[in-house]
Amino acid sequence: MFAGKAAKIELREFELYYGDFRVLKKVSAAFAANAVTAIIGPSGCGKSTLLRSINRMNDLIEGVRVTGEIRLDGKNIYDPDVDLIWLRARIGMVFQRPVAFPLSIFDNVAAAPRVRGILSHKELVPIVETSLKAVGLWPEVKDRLGQAASSLSLGDQQKLSIARAIATQPDVVLFDEPCSALDPIATHTIEDLMQSLSEHYTIIIVTHNMQQAARASDFTMFMLDGNIVEYSPTRELFTNPKDTRTENYITGKLG
Amino acid sequence: MNAYTTSHRSKKEDRIMLALLRLSAFLAVAILVFIVGYIMVQGFPVLNLGFLLSSPTKMGREGGILPSIVGTVVLTLLSAAIATPLGVGTAIFLTEYTREGTFSKVIRFGTESLAGIPSIIFGLFGFLFFVIRLNMGWSILSGALTLASMILPTVVRTSEEAIRTVPDVYREISFALGGSRWQTVTSVVLPSALPGIVTGIILAIGRAVGETAAVIFTAGSSLRLPQSIFDPVRTLPVHFYILAREGISIENAYGTAAVLMIAVLLVNVSAYLIINRVAARRLERR
Repeated sequence: MFAGKAAKIELREFELYYGDFRVLKKVSAAFAANAVTAIIGPSGCGKSTLLRSINRMNDLIEGVRVTGEIRLDGKNIYDPDVDLIWLRARIGMVFQRPVAFPLSIFDNVAAAPRVRGILSHKELVPIVETSLKAVGLWPEVKDRLGQAASSLSLGDQQKLSIARAIATQPDVVLFDEPCSALDPIATHTIEDLMQSLSEHYTIIIVTHNMQQAARASDFTMFMLDGNIVEYSPTRELFTNPKDTRTENYITGKLG
Repeated sequence: MNAYTTSHRSKKEDRIMLALLRLSAFLAVAILVFIVGYIMVQGFPVLNLGFLLSSPTKMGREGGILPSIVGTVVLTLLSAAIATPLGVGTAIFLTEYTREGTFSKVIRFGTESLAGIPSIIFGLFGFLFFVIRLNMGWSILSGALTLASMILPTVVRTSEEAIRTVPDVYREISFALGGSRWQTVTSVVLPSALPGIVTGIILAIGRAVGETAAVIFTAGSSLRLPQSIFDPVRTLPVHFYILAREGISIENAYGTAAVLMIAVLLVNVSAYLIINRVAARRLERR
């Protein structure tokens, strides 16, 4: 299905319980390297939970329990010997709303390597520059890196959030509805950016916007009630859905 | 009742309430202006460099208030230096390291009860514990430790509020970048909460500067210029109190009060300038 692309992340009968409630039900699937995979589905279907299981952000929530495996390059990230700092340096995350810390543009991006203990200005400068170049923000901000990040437009703040997420030099970047706070023009820029980033990164995006999944992704996974209903190349899923529930959802009859 | 009468009535009600609210706002400012103005007018005649820079003679009937100024500054800064790490540390512990539960409730109840204790009780405690039991005598150190316990609740509560206003998503992002809890606190939470925390410490200093009952028992009422933190001092409010209470010199009492008020004003203004400069420098750094 991945047309020659390798599987970067693999879920094996992965289940997540919130207390007694089973949010994810024996989910098995793989995510292709160097591609954009979109996860769609109605609210409460478990798509965000699935995304947050991949960098173990759900660990922060009390009462969460998991079974099964999620493998990153073959290594189960839920193994007891996995270092969360290592894991999260390899898997970046971009959140719903652009979040600029009340710091300068430079310090916002530098926050990522600083967490990993890279503190010298000399080492930080090239990392910040590379990250800002990768998201296309460099020409605009190179002369005002010291200014408050909050002075940027919302769309640029989201680019900044992406720059911060890739400043730890990850392999995978997770996007949790990254455009829900943005206007259509900024949304398109972020979608194009995800496509170009997929040359170097494995990208997984959760979105409630089906047009976005259709436009910006290579593969699409449709989820319902904690199960994967259908998972195929994006064009195929949208033009020729195999399951009637998928068809109902993408034609707006469901959810 | 139709729509017209309702709106007519509520309009009238609106006008009356607006007038009353304006009056209360005016009175609040007027009381402040009156007190400050009265003290300044009464104290102004004795204010000059000699008064600020010389030691008192004849019990304070003549001479200046230099030892009290020095004592007040040192005592207040020392108490803030003691209360800040304890208070901010407690606030970080309550907000970042404990879930809301019996334990955090007990700590919060404790600090809030501490805030409700009258200052003279702190004075008595400081006298019995620091001055006598720990044998520190009447000294700047005894006074500073007593004041520190008194302003601790203010520092805890304002820091806690400042830290709670830091959006949770900041912490999530820091964790998603691989940050530990402590790294998140130092690199994301504290910088974001800093203005609020500093404001809380200023409020606490403002309270400490003017405190009389707690220091008269613990720091003493010596009129000599202190040489170390183990020496006793007579702070500005205590000096003011003794001058007025014992009828030594009402003029100098007002002069001292005026200096005290100007000092409080300066503390506030300079602290805000420092916050702005810190914020600006952080943004300039690249």
